[in-house]
Amino acid sequence: MSLSRKTAVAGVYEHPTRFAPDKSMFQIMAESVRGALDDAGLTIKDVDGLATTGMGMGGMGIISFADYLNLTPNYVDSTAIGGSSFVAHTAHAAAAIAAGLCEVCVVVYGSTAASQRFAIGTGGAGGSGDPPDQYDAPFGVTTVGAYAMIAQRHMHDYGTTPEQLAEIAVTMRLHASMNPVAKYRDRITVEDVLASRVISSPLHLLDCCIISDGGGALVITSAERAKNLKKKPVYILGVGEAVRHAARGQRDYLDIAAAQSGKLAFERAGVAHKDIDMAMIYDSFTITVLTTLENLGFCKRGEGGAFVSGGRLRYDGAFPINTDGGGLSSNHPGMRGIFLVIEAAKQLRGECGPRQVKNCKTALVHGTGGALGTRHSGATLILSNQ
Amino acid sequence: MPEPKEKKYAKPLPHIDEENRPWWEALKRHELYIQKCRDCGDLRYYPRALCTNCLSSRTEWLRTSGHGKVYTFTATYQNQAAGFRESLPYIMAYVELDEGLKMLTNLVECRPEQVKIGMPVEVVYEDVTPEVTLAKFRPAR
Repeated sequence: MSLSRKTAVAGVYEHPTRFAPDKSMFQIMAESVRGALDDAGLTIKDVDGLATTGMGMGGMGIISFADYLNLTPNYVDSTAIGGSSFVAHTAHAAAAIAAGLCEVCVVVYGSTAASQRFAIGTGGAGGSGDPPDQYDAPFGVTTVGAYAMIAQRHMHDYGTTPEQLAEIAVTMRLHASMNPVAKYRDRITVEDVLASRVISSPLHLLDCCIISDGGGALVITSAERAKNLKKKPVYILGVGEAVRHAARGQRDYLDIAAAQSGKLAFERAGVAHKDIDMAMIYDSFTITVLTTLENLGFCKRGEGGAFVSGGRLRYDGAFPINTDGGGLSSNHPGMRGIFLVIEAAKQLRGECGPRQVKNCKTALVHGTGGALGTRHSGATLILSNQ
Repeated sequence: MPEPKEKKYAKPLPHIDEENRPWWEALKRHELYIQKCRDCGDLRYYPRALCTNCLSSRTEWLRTSGHGKVYTFTATYQNQAAGFRESLPYIMAYVELDEGLKMLTNLVECRPEQVKIGMPVEVVYEDVTPEVTLAKFRPAR
């Protein structure tokens, strides 16, 4: 059974806040749901499916949020696989709608990480107490450190340079300069990135995503219903998800979840790499982008450094990515997968103003959750306006 | 408030239980082990009760040589967590043991600029509490 073009993203909303000490996480989430339903031309009475991670909430997670908005959905999904969760929720919602489990599913996220001063990438080393953590946490694993080890190995194996990684951050900042709600909008140079302090070698401060508050929501429904709604439907063509971990001590660490989830999404969508007009690639760190593009098959393993160079990733380049400015410059409240889907949908609807990619018909979204260097998830979507 | 006389070990400690106790007890004796499946021969680290290749519970403990090579590493200059913020920068690494398995660890007795991927290293045992010894690595001598 193919899911291709049976369902669509019918409404999206990115909460404009980047700092909200006056709002709770639930309020940001609820305002995001309102925004996405308005965008779709639907009301809260139409919602019969609900997805959010439940991470950062109390023990009852998604049920508590249903309580707050007085929702009684027929379908709930609180898959919690880190930053990619909302990309996975979109995939699951598509399958649920195609199978008749619900008709209108809202996917929602909110966080007040910045106003609560969470040290997302460089704090906490205690782990959860689960078996794998026992053998990592005593050595001081941070999120940035786990990604830095991927960068170090990539540089060793393939001669990837700090300048090549820096160009990714420079491009994201260029895009953020064209996004009125981005947190950091002043242009930067490769020299600025290399001159910023080293957080965990070889990654500099400006190789790392920012920390902000924020939230967003999506409305997913059947393609048929989406055709009669307010906005142009963004069809879901293919989905895939995967995880990678220590593999009992036998992992090749430059093989990431994107290799598996991307292959599945392309096969299921029935499209080729050359058909992708723009991509939203989770940019927790510059190295995340480079190694994700390789693993998705946009270039060969080891060629990522050259691929991300020369302006290719710019909104007006040969392969535009992260036109909102990404997690590196626009917003990163902890798990930014939802913003990947939102920006891709806006690009496919032609709503991106000065940063609009020309003739954008098909987009790829890839979310990463967890840490590439220890344990992580990947979720891929292929979307189209046709 | 008066300063405590002895500095308490502030970094995270493992939860030793019946599944992993033999491994941690061996480290206390300054011996580093991996596991091998008695049915299919698959090697695994970290220790667990069954083979991930064939799900057999029949497990052999193999003592390692304690030698390996640096697979990758990072020098960490920022970590707000107690125990680590006082010991910056520290080096975190995956060491690939001569037996073929990768372990997350710290490199000690060297400076970040001395570390190279592929560099031979050997285990050093750090007795961090009366119950817990950690396997760290230093440049091979």
